[in-house]
Amino acid sequence: MRFDTPATTNPIDRLRIIGQPVDRIDGPLKVRGAAPYAYEQHEAVPNQAYGWVVGAGIAKGRITRMDLDAAHAAPGVIAILTTENAGPLDKGKRNAAPLLGGPEITHYHQAIALVIAESFEQARDAAQRVQVAYAVEEGAFDLAEAKAEGVGPSKDSPDSKIGDFAKAFAEAPVQLDATYTTPDQTHAMMEPHASLAAWDGESLEVWTSNQMVAWAHQDLAKTLRLKKEQVRIRSPYVGGGFGAKLFLRADILLAALGARLAGRPVKVALQRPLIANNTTHRAATIQRIRLGAGRDGRLTAIAHESWSGNVEGGEEENAIQQTRLLYAGANRLTGTRLAHLDLAEGNAMRAPGEAPGLLALEVAMDEMAEKLGIDPVEFRILNDTQEDPEKPDRPFSQRQLIECLRQGAAGFGWDQRSAQPGTRREGRWLVGLGMAVGFRNNLVDKSGARVRLDGEGIVTVETDMTDIGTGSYTIIAQTAAEMMGVALDRVVVRLGDSSFPASAGSGGQWGANTSTAGVYAACVKLREQVAQALGLNASDADFADGMVRSGERSIPLADAARDGALTAEDTIEFGDLQKRFQQSTFAGHFVEVAVDAATAEVRVRRMLAVCAAGRILNPKSARSQVIGAMTMGLGAALMEELAVDTRQGFFVNHDLAGYEVPVHADVPRQEVIFLDEVDPTSSPMKAKGVGELGLCGVGAAVANAIHNATGIRVRDYPITLDKLLDRLPG
Amino acid sequence: MPIPDTETSSRTPAPDPVPGDVSLARLSLRVNGAVRELELDTRTTLLDALREALRLTGTKKGCDHGQCGACTVLVEGRRIYSCLTLAVMHEGESITTIEGLGTAEALHPMQAAFVKHDGYQCGYCTPGQICSAVAVLEEIEAGIPSHVSESLDAVRISDAEIRERMSGNICRCGAYANILDAINEVGGQPA
Repeated sequence: MRFDTPATTNPIDRLRIIGQPVDRIDGPLKVRGAAPYAYEQHEAVPNQAYGWVVGAGIAKGRITRMDLDAAHAAPGVIAILTTENAGPLDKGKRNAAPLLGGPEITHYHQAIALVIAESFEQARDAAQRVQVAYAVEEGAFDLAEAKAEGVGPSKDSPDSKIGDFAKAFAEAPVQLDATYTTPDQTHAMMEPHASLAAWDGESLEVWTSNQMVAWAHQDLAKTLRLKKEQVRIRSPYVGGGFGAKLFLRADILLAALGARLAGRPVKVALQRPLIANNTTHRAATIQRIRLGAGRDGRLTAIAHESWSGNVEGGEEENAIQQTRLLYAGANRLTGTRLAHLDLAEGNAMRAPGEAPGLLALEVAMDEMAEKLGIDPVEFRILNDTQEDPEKPDRPFSQRQLIECLRQGAAGFGWDQRSAQPGTRREGRWLVGLGMAVGFRNNLVDKSGARVRLDGEGIVTVETDMTDIGTGSYTIIAQTAAEMMGVALDRVVVRLGDSSFPASAGSGGQWGANTSTAGVYAACVKLREQVAQALGLNASDADFADGMVRSGERSIPLADAARDGALTAEDTIEFGDLQKRFQQSTFAGHFVEVAVDAATAEVRVRRMLAVCAAGRILNPKSARSQVIGAMTMGLGAALMEELAVDTRQGFFVNHDLAGYEVPVHADVPRQEVIFLDEVDPTSSPMKAKGVGELGLCGVGAAVANAIHNATGIRVRDYPITLDKLLDRLPG
Repeated sequence: MPIPDTETSSRTPAPDPVPGDVSLARLSLRVNGAVRELELDTRTTLLDALREALRLTGTKKGCDHGQCGACTVLVEGRRIYSCLTLAVMHEGESITTIEGLGTAEALHPMQAAFVKHDGYQCGYCTPGQICSAVAVLEEIEAGIPSHVSESLDAVRISDAEIRERMSGNICRCGAYANILDAINEVGGQPA
């Protein structure tokens, strides 16, 4: 199905099942621990051996000698994989650094060996006996130092210049010129990257934990120089991803190579202390923002420049993305520069670009509002735009940002905020309110599904889409139930298998809208087949309550499959509506913090997000996406930072003890309001995404609340108490 | 004992193993009510004994270092990180895992509350959260105080008590507010 004109009324609009806050259909399995993740596929194949990954102990250089004798001699060892015996390898289209290093090492903890043994304990023990000698080379590890060498712009993110920024900024009566930094961050999903691989002759089967089955399929085949038909990937349950599992990573490749070498199935989980340096991370940024405004508060000049670093072949962290679209202003300048760093590859983490970009921009907006003496909410409303500021003939499909802010301000009690920072005190606590705008684009990509109706009236959906906690199983079932007019428990959803039609996968908050749109397309075809089988007119047939009705006739749906199951497959493909309309999602984030006047400990007390993101397919799971993202935003503001050892070139705090993420005690009650919205330009579902929107802007709202509480402006994240302690008021 | 020179010791290779040198131990665990006889490498953690030897994969491995809580199980009725303890240390003891709390037909009230309140997303930390939550309510009931208890003698369920006691179980998806609602429902505190 080609989607190239805005959607009109369709069966989804009935909202009998879709749009309802139903419990997750995979919930009963998950609360019993009965959903098998990648490392838990004991039943898949017999005789599984265990792999332990050895990571490089240097950031850059060469392996000069690798002594494997002691490891080989250790009990239970079956084989040891290195580049010496891995055979010829290509590199996946989406990988920058090689997943198996040696002799050349391009980043710390790059995998250099897989020790395969009969048991986990034996593999771990033998791996400690691997002796490696290196010739270390100098590397670049410090972004602040490498920044001057930054090159750019890249073809994906060209500089953008509208009007005459320099002149407008120079002439602006009120100016801000401030630099912000955001640190490297790691996804820290709870399930480590893990894979089980088994060969049958020249065919390879992999059970893994991956967000994008089609990408992993393609890149694994390419890396191993196999045909895609020789490779099957399954990823039925994913214990969190946040971007970490978008790509083929070392666990999959090493399991596949190890299984070939060992001559039996091998399973591999990346050890937790390897993950931060072995895999991808969100790259640190240095961002300079200049804003110029008239005394009336209208922005006349906006500039946002961002520097980040990456390995050879890696891309920039596109932190300026939102600044091109978020506020009005006639004179604009945005651009990114990329420096070479020899740290692990920087790549997508939840809301890449906008998450760090808004940490800077939305604090800059707060600072500017303060300079202007205008309330921060009103300042943003004053500078709202209903069209792309760079291309004024291109409207937003929907833009309810002002409504998000007005409702949020009213609901949160924004009027209790003191405009004068550092003036609200409750005992030992300094109390402040902060807000920020959340913004994230709606992305679409083609997505396929197969739907089958059997003689029992059961509808089975198959697509390689994944559920990484987002609720895909449930909203896909709701979509099929709505389209076919059956109860939710009459739908079976099977996901995450490369033998199913390729979906858009889970990333960029596009998964919900596009994967359900693919299911919609397949269901439209199945409805036609059903109508034909029943001798009804497809165009006026109504599918409801397990019956198909047309005119005077009403026939059980299952009758259509009496002589054999009916199967339909289709892929939704998108035309140019994305070009004609700017499709984005919006939020107003509001936060109250209390800062200990003596210790500078920050406690977040209340959080509210008001979101406008198209049709909400399941308000219960969508709300969970948003509160989870708000929690991650709290972490970004207050604690999350991969500390770089700029001499040795690695992230020091590379485990869940050193890399702090929010825990129960950090998180207050959180409120989420979804504005009533449908976006007919996005898909037949009229939905957009919320999973990344919920994160965008949250950290800045926390930072702004801390400023309101203390009068201290911290421009370097995370806002740990050492950055506040010597500047606390009285 | 003198502190070893780390520079030197890190360069000393591990002693050569004796081929076939695996130290095995027989042990008996009572898992979810059933006695299970095992012969295990003595280095096997309780977590790996459950997941690999007994194939009870409901208990999760998130970090293997006692940092995340995904491996929480109940040993003799008390919650414990099963990755931080060796299986051989639990000879004859009673272990309850997520598989022992409820069944598909009859979920444990805490499991049902997690479904109702959407107290999870990816589901990977969930069994550990649920085991921990069940134990937390028992600890409060038993009057065991925590860091946030206002008095050592009068320990009562509250949001603060639950948040404090659950803080050894990380949920990166950030379902904390919903998990709190689920625990409150089972614990009898209005959400």
